[in-house]
Amino acid sequence: MSKYIIKRLLLSILVLWGVVTITFFISRVIPSNPATKWAGTRATAEQLAAAAEELGLNDPLPVQYVHYLGDMLHGDLGVNYSTKIPVTREILTYAPATIELVLLAFIFAIVIGIPLGIYSAKKKDKMLDHTVRFFSIGAVSLPTFWVALFFQLIFYKVLKLLPIGGQISSTALIFGEKPHVTGLLLLDCLLTGNFKLFWDAFRHILLPCITESLYPIGLVARMTRSALLEILGEDYITAGRSYGLKEAKILWRYALKNSLGATATDVALSMGYTLTNTFLVESIFSWPGIGSYISSAVTTLNFPAIMGVTVFGATAYILLNLLADIIIAMDPRVRL
Amino acid sequence: MHNFIENMKPKWKSFRESMYLLAKNKLSLVAFVIIILFIGMAIFAPVIAPYPEDVYSTHISEKLLPPSAAHLMGTDELGRDVFSRVIFGTRVSISAALVAVAIALIIGVPFGALAGCYGGWVDNVLMRITDVFLSFPPLLLAIALVALLGAGLKNAIIAIVISWWPWYTRLVRGQAISIRERKFVQAAETIGTPKSRIIFSHIIPNCISPVIVQASMDIGGVIMTLASLSFLGLGAQAPTPEWGLMISAGRSFFPDKWWCCIFPGVAIFLTVLSFNLLGDAIREILDPKTRKK
Repeated sequence: MSKYIIKRLLLSILVLWGVVTITFFISRVIPSNPATKWAGTRATAEQLAAAAEELGLNDPLPVQYVHYLGDMLHGDLGVNYSTKIPVTREILTYAPATIELVLLAFIFAIVIGIPLGIYSAKKKDKMLDHTVRFFSIGAVSLPTFWVALFFQLIFYKVLKLLPIGGQISSTALIFGEKPHVTGLLLLDCLLTGNFKLFWDAFRHILLPCITESLYPIGLVARMTRSALLEILGEDYITAGRSYGLKEAKILWRYALKNSLGATATDVALSMGYTLTNTFLVESIFSWPGIGSYISSAVTTLNFPAIMGVTVFGATAYILLNLLADIIIAMDPRVRL
Repeated sequence: MHNFIENMKPKWKSFRESMYLLAKNKLSLVAFVIIILFIGMAIFAPVIAPYPEDVYSTHISEKLLPPSAAHLMGTDELGRDVFSRVIFGTRVSISAALVAVAIALIIGVPFGALAGCYGGWVDNVLMRITDVFLSFPPLLLAIALVALLGAGLKNAIIAIVISWWPWYTRLVRGQAISIRERKFVQAAETIGTPKSRIIFSHIIPNCISPVIVQASMDIGGVIMTLASLSFLGLGAQAPTPEWGLMISAGRSFFPDKWWCCIFPGVAIFLTVLSFNLLGDAIREILDPKTRKK
């Protein structure tokens, strides 16, 4: 198995190299004047010259490529031309808020999606099953950015229950600093015992989090259902039934355990979609994460930031895929 | 070409069988009806829309009116009838999605057949290339490409094609590998049929049905991606009646003037949902494991 993991790891590195090469082509080779792309259309002559210097545009392409690969190895994604701050540092400042949102969305997805899938499989072709299936396909078909707006309409405008956006209320920090332990605000509030701020932050994260979790909930419910149905049709389950085992024991002890591997893989893979959705959701809820960062970069055509997030997102996605494959490999039934 | 058509005939027969199975599934039938309705709406948009001239002409004096009998879905910030624009939006979204999927197929299918037929290093190189393209989170590669090419519907379609073709390459490759081993292909090889002919008149026609299924399922996803790009300001540009763009424009008046955002979203939801329901039903029919006994 370790041999497989090493092979898989090497393959990931190869793919990562490919990703970086593609972004090199996108940013340096295709545009007729990369410096204007990099520094923005409103850049001054000095900024253009600085951009050309920074990118090494006066060197031949192969030399540029080697420099580019070297920069990537050091985690250097270039400098944001409007803020003059290295893109890597900016992404790292915005990352915790995104990680917090995505993680919580996934906890929602697992806690709600798996039971829904189980009950749907248990009541196959009954009303509940049809409802769950319709809901899960519906959840996958909803435009995320529209759901976000819809929730704002209902919970902010009509019901006046939850805030419209942001991470905390503007008045919440009058009596104290934001706690800083792990960078994840909710966790930090709990760790420092600041329950008032925790409640405020929780109310803020609720809407973006539910919006984002709809897609993975639908996906997890569907996948759990189909994986479980496949296993419930296996001979050993029939054998268990003929021994007179209780239906609940068959489901929870024998079938569910064997179906979770497939679910885990899908959870890891659907994280990719959630990473995408988070761009749209964050910009609508003014959530201070990478999504808001790239949305504003897109509107101002801030090329270093866009390319930086692209490389960052692809890296995260490759790691998630690697994780999914390792989870599959840990299943003793899989022969490698 | 004649050969190609002849070889497609048995495929058409199995296609009709699948359609029969599909018609028995109630949910997929509903989805099918909705899709037909939307396509009809796209074709007859100028007839159905109450104010067809409102797609481009503005009436500032009637701006942001709430839904009423005269304007079923209200009017937008330029006084245009939202209902008419939503109807015209079906034209933009469905045609753009069809074009994007068709081009992705034209690129992806031959590469997949090539990889599957030749195997060895050709297969290896092509598959690693698809690996790389598929390791960008969906939408992100498209965002980067459109940012580079410049915002616009045409460039958004190009970006979607570039991030979409590898899926078809993978799918066709898997099919081609199994067909390559079949007797009729080996027979054709024995009598010295050129490789290109084998690929185009034997391999591709025989692996096309799962590809068509996948492509029809993808249309929903492409419509959604296009709407997302337009929402970000990267896809269709004003004054094109595109659903994502309409939502994005209405955001400035949201949530007070909610109708500008909510109705185009319902249109996206219904179209994507019906394509997904249909796709789900097709998958159930084709998958012997979940097919009803």
